[in-house]
Amino acid sequence: MRYTVDPGLYALGKPGPADSVLVTANYKLSFDALRAALPGRNAWILVVDTKGINVWCAAGKGTFGTDEVVARVQACGLHHVVSHRTLILPQLSAPGVAARQVKTHTGFTALFGPVDARDLPAYLDAGHKATKAMRRKKFPLRERLELIPVELVHSLKWAGIIATVFFVLGGFLDEGPFWISASRAALGPATALLGGIAAGAVSTPVLLPWLPGRAFTTKGLWAGAILAGAALPFIGPKLSGALETVSWGCGVLAVSAFLAMNFTGASTYTSLSGVRREMRWAVPLEVVLFAIFAGLWLYSRLVST
Amino acid sequence: MIGRFVYLKDVVTLQLDPEKCVGCGFCTDVCPHGVFVRENGSIRIAFRDACMECGACARNCPADAIRVRTGVGCAQAVIHSMIGRSGEGCCSLDSGCC
Ligand code: SF4
Ligand code: SF4
Repeated sequence: MRYTVDPGLYALGKPGPADSVLVTANYKLSFDALRAALPGRNAWILVVDTKGINVWCAAGKGTFGTDEVVARVQACGLHHVVSHRTLILPQLSAPGVAARQVKTHTGFTALFGPVDARDLPAYLDAGHKATKAMRRKKFPLRERLELIPVELVHSLKWAGIIATVFFVLGGFLDEGPFWISASRAALGPATALLGGIAAGAVSTPVLLPWLPGRAFTTKGLWAGAILAGAALPFIGPKLSGALETVSWGCGVLAVSAFLAMNFTGASTYTSLSGVRREMRWAVPLEVVLFAIFAGLWLYSRLVST
Repeated sequence: MIGRFVYLKDVVTLQLDPEKCVGCGFCTDVCPHGVFVRENGSIRIAFRDACMECGACARNCPADAIRVRTGVGCAQAVIHSMIGRSGEGCCSLDSGCC
């Protein structure tokens, strides 16, 4: 499936020279969302080349930027197509686009429309006026849920690799036939990884506003602790003793904290300065937790044999 | 403040120079987190901790009154840059980042 749209000028309905010009990224979902938001309306859609990346990310990277908008307006001969001199840009392109420079270079007044394309009809009907609510980037449950599958695919792939290492090591270290001892030894690590993923990549996004703490790592630790507490009665008896149980708990926390920390990138409100400050304590903590997880597991095998 | 996600306290680099500000209000339009408010005709930073350092306000301020060190708040991108890989696609395509 192609995720890009060719840059250029598109007609929505049967637009005339007086109809609005809406600017968007050449990421297919951005383009489709814009079209879907304006049923039965006539408008021009100017698609700028953001290398197939959505509006906000592209604005942050500078690909949805002043120069690209200016170049695209000129390349499409917009001056000859419409009689007015107004462009409506998505608000989330503002990190990349300086409206007054677009005006200087093209003669078009660049207005920032609402954050969400769905508010465009109301914005247009109000004569280019956005309410305060339309200007806010929110992070509702629906949006957080949509992000989970991608997080899951990534983390499960890594978990598979790590679990395989534990499996093979366990097969060699434990006594008895390879497959049996490998499966027994890998049970703790594998369930710890899965539990950490469930807490860090599923519970944390879903429960984000309700988990305690501001730092994502703190939220991840809570989600991990709750899940570990709930799962322990089922997993605990299958583990080989106290050492392995502590190892298991640290494994859940390490993975959950790390994945929650990574969710900063998908969220809509974290600053780079904040993420850097969080990582200063979160990364060492995650490394220590993971070291206890792997170390105690290993120690309990070496000592018992 | 109800329903507003707020990240860490007192960490962002956002600065407003009231001497330079001409009160045009563009910053209140472009900011996705309602950081600026107009009070008795002048603009001030009301919710500093809600700022995500996107830079929209600084780029669109005609008076050069706003300073902010911009960047993407993404842990994976920070890790990538620390280990020397450029911050290519740190998360999903249609997420809020990169
Ligand atoms: S955009 Fe700049 S000049 Fe205009 S109100 Fe904001 S800070 Fe003041
Ligand atoms: S940098 Fe972005 S989030 Fe922060 S105040 Fe400016 S526009 Fe708002």
